[in-house]
Amino acid sequence: MKKLSARRRHPLAALVVLLLALAVTGGLYAAFAPADKAQADDTAQSLAIKEGKKLFAVGCASCHGTGGQGTSDGPSLVGVGAAAVDFQVGTGRMPAQQPGAQVPRKRNIYTNAQIDQLAAYVASLGAGPSVPEKSQYNSEGANIGKGGELFRTNCAQCHNFTGKGGALTNGKFAPTLEGVDPKHIYEAMETGPQNMPSFGDGSLSQQNKKDIIAYLGAVNGDESESPGGLDLGGLGPVSEGLFGYIFGLGALIAVAIWVAARTTKAKKS
Amino acid sequence: MSNETSATTTRRGQAPRGERIADWADGRLGIYSLAKSNMRKIFPDHWSFMLGEVALYSFIIIILTGVYLTLFFHPSMAEVTYHGSYVPMQGIRMTQAFESTLNISFDVRGGLLIRQIHHWAALVFLAAMMVHMMRVFFTGAFRKPREINWLFGFLLFVLGMFTGFTGYSLPDDLLSGTGVRFIEGVILAMPLVGSYLQMFIFGGEFPGHDIIPRFFTVHVLLLPGIMLGLLVAHLILVFYHKHTQFPGAGKTNNNVVGMPLLPVYMAKAGGFFFLVFGVIAAIAAIASINPVWAIGPYRPDQVSTGAQPDWYMGFAEGLVRVMPGWEWNFWGHTVNFGVLIPIVIFPLVLVAIAVYPFVESWVKGDKREHHILDRPRNVPTRTGFGVAWLVAYFVMLIGGGNDLWATHFHLSLNSLTWFVRIGFFVLPVLAFIATKRICLGLQRRDKDKVLHGRESGIIKRLPHGEFIEVHEPLDQEQLHFLTQHEQPEPLELGPEVDENGVERKLSRSQKLRAKLSKSYYGEDNVIAKPTVEEYKEITSGHGHH
Repeated sequence: MKKLSARRRHPLAALVVLLLALAVTGGLYAAFAPADKAQADDTAQSLAIKEGKKLFAVGCASCHGTGGQGTSDGPSLVGVGAAAVDFQVGTGRMPAQQPGAQVPRKRNIYTNAQIDQLAAYVASLGAGPSVPEKSQYNSEGANIGKGGELFRTNCAQCHNFTGKGGALTNGKFAPTLEGVDPKHIYEAMETGPQNMPSFGDGSLSQQNKKDIIAYLGAVNGDESESPGGLDLGGLGPVSEGLFGYIFGLGALIAVAIWVAARTTKAKKS
Repeated sequence: MSNETSATTTRRGQAPRGERIADWADGRLGIYSLAKSNMRKIFPDHWSFMLGEVALYSFIIIILTGVYLTLFFHPSMAEVTYHGSYVPMQGIRMTQAFESTLNISFDVRGGLLIRQIHHWAALVFLAAMMVHMMRVFFTGAFRKPREINWLFGFLLFVLGMFTGFTGYSLPDDLLSGTGVRFIEGVILAMPLVGSYLQMFIFGGEFPGHDIIPRFFTVHVLLLPGIMLGLLVAHLILVFYHKHTQFPGAGKTNNNVVGMPLLPVYMAKAGGFFFLVFGVIAAIAAIASINPVWAIGPYRPDQVSTGAQPDWYMGFAEGLVRVMPGWEWNFWGHTVNFGVLIPIVIFPLVLVAIAVYPFVESWVKGDKREHHILDRPRNVPTRTGFGVAWLVAYFVMLIGGGNDLWATHFHLSLNSLTWFVRIGFFVLPVLAFIATKRICLGLQRRDKDKVLHGRESGIIKRLPHGEFIEVHEPLDQEQLHFLTQHEQPEPLELGPEVDENGVERKLSRSQKLRAKLSKSYYGEDNVIAKPTVEEYKEITSGHGHH
């Protein structure tokens, strides 16, 4: 005790006390917090909503409002449904990094469980499309040819023939569909994120959506092949022309320079 | 076979077999005199003289591969359902033209490679023609006596564009179908005749059943036939005029220094053909072009983003893309300026470069023959004009691909459109001024080099402490190269009044000519090359530094 009191004016004493105090409060909170949870009443669903609400308050509320009612910085989320949350957060678009012409895809920082909780909370605000089942978007029983036709009719004018993406007005764009999870493609069609129109089951039936996803998997998926060689981005004549000029004509000019430089032998004769 | 002891020598026994065959042919075709006059034809050596050869050889490759493709292609718009081997297209309704293109790609042996060689060769053909044309332009190789041949070459380029376009349209895929729709819009935008012309060309409402068979005939017969004729004429004229050459020791307007056609040039050209074929075949084997299977068959109710023509039509695409969509209504007749103005500007830009040789010879009043090429820096106004033309052309290419520029450089499509709208007028002017300044700077440097020699990079300290850089004098050959060009005086209009004090009447064209002449040879537009006196003065010993 004497030892302790001797050091009470030590320069680090205040720091030690602060650390002790923090440890005690933290420990007390840890001890009492579960007691609260034990009180919370019923199902996993309402639990998820509760957790989702907390996540929402941290990550989303500053733009979408504390109750998801929307502010001048972000639209109302009442009625957008779980599918919209799963798409926006699952592809990393939300929470947005900064305002701009369009919110781009980026690395997702939430776990699947957290996304489900957020989705459950937003879905509780008003009825909307739910997250699709795996059977709705896998390629089983899909017609690839039909999907291609549907894609060219409904999607290609913004996303290009095989979903390589394209430009919209004022810096907005239709993103590439390369490497996008089939679930997210389904949800995008269902909810119409950002500049995209939504294709509800009335305009594109569930089977139609499945066909489109299967078509994209065939022409723009991980194992889809390009029969002609390098696809040069699949962007059409602009990249072909650039390639032709640089590698076609470029190589030929290099060859011409090489041929023209070989004259000395003839000069000797 | 070409030796001088020929038919008339009667020796004992028979002449060797080869000689007899040659005699037989000479009696009917006159090959000896042809060979005599042509086999020793001299061609100067320079890599830039081979750009035209690249174009020639890719044209031959296009014809060879094109013949193979016609064996399997069905130019028909009859509708069929696809049951071929490419899975994502199975069960889709399409025209026979598209189906046969898919079959060529997937079911005909070597079909896809030949198709890709054909298409890549077409892109390279037009690119080579363009670069060849620019070589001829910037070195002044279009001057008398070659103006007609310049026009032949220009026509080949324009016809090549349309041959390419019709070929690109034949597979009847969604991309090229959009292009045909574009052309239909262009035809309809022509005042008065548009709708009649459209009905005539398409044989009814778009798309109808006629356009692919018609394009096929135009693509495989009409245009290539004309091009082949022009090409032969182009080559005959090259032979007749003899090739131009860069200035150098021993090279004058009255000789050609280089290698004889046979054997040196023939071997080189023959080998170069196979090199060109090899490079194009390698590219066709490496990179996909116009993957119609991914694009899908044409349907008027479908369209894709990124729908562009091949690069040589990108200029026209750009004009239409950036033109504001003005549409006026005159007494119930719609005039669509959004398309009409671009289709007026399009030929004007092309014609601007085509008529340039005639404008230049008129301005300079130069009616002499020229076989020695200009160095671009020595003709700053021409070089400036050429660069300005290229800048205008490439600004419009940016306009034609504005959507891809927007997505790949994260730009706004709208700002890009405005950039192209303004840039099309402003950038060529800036390019003209900048190029001219650079040319004059290079002329000054040449003058400096002649008078003071080459900077050797060796720093010498003189006894009194001064540091100087040692300049190495140029040898005679280099001096000739840097000073051989002519620098004529600008055209003078003479006194404003005649001997009686009466104001002379000058036609407007005379005044314009004098003004333009000044822009070629006037004080600020040319750096006077060093005179012999100047050179002697400086190199005579004193004042050399």
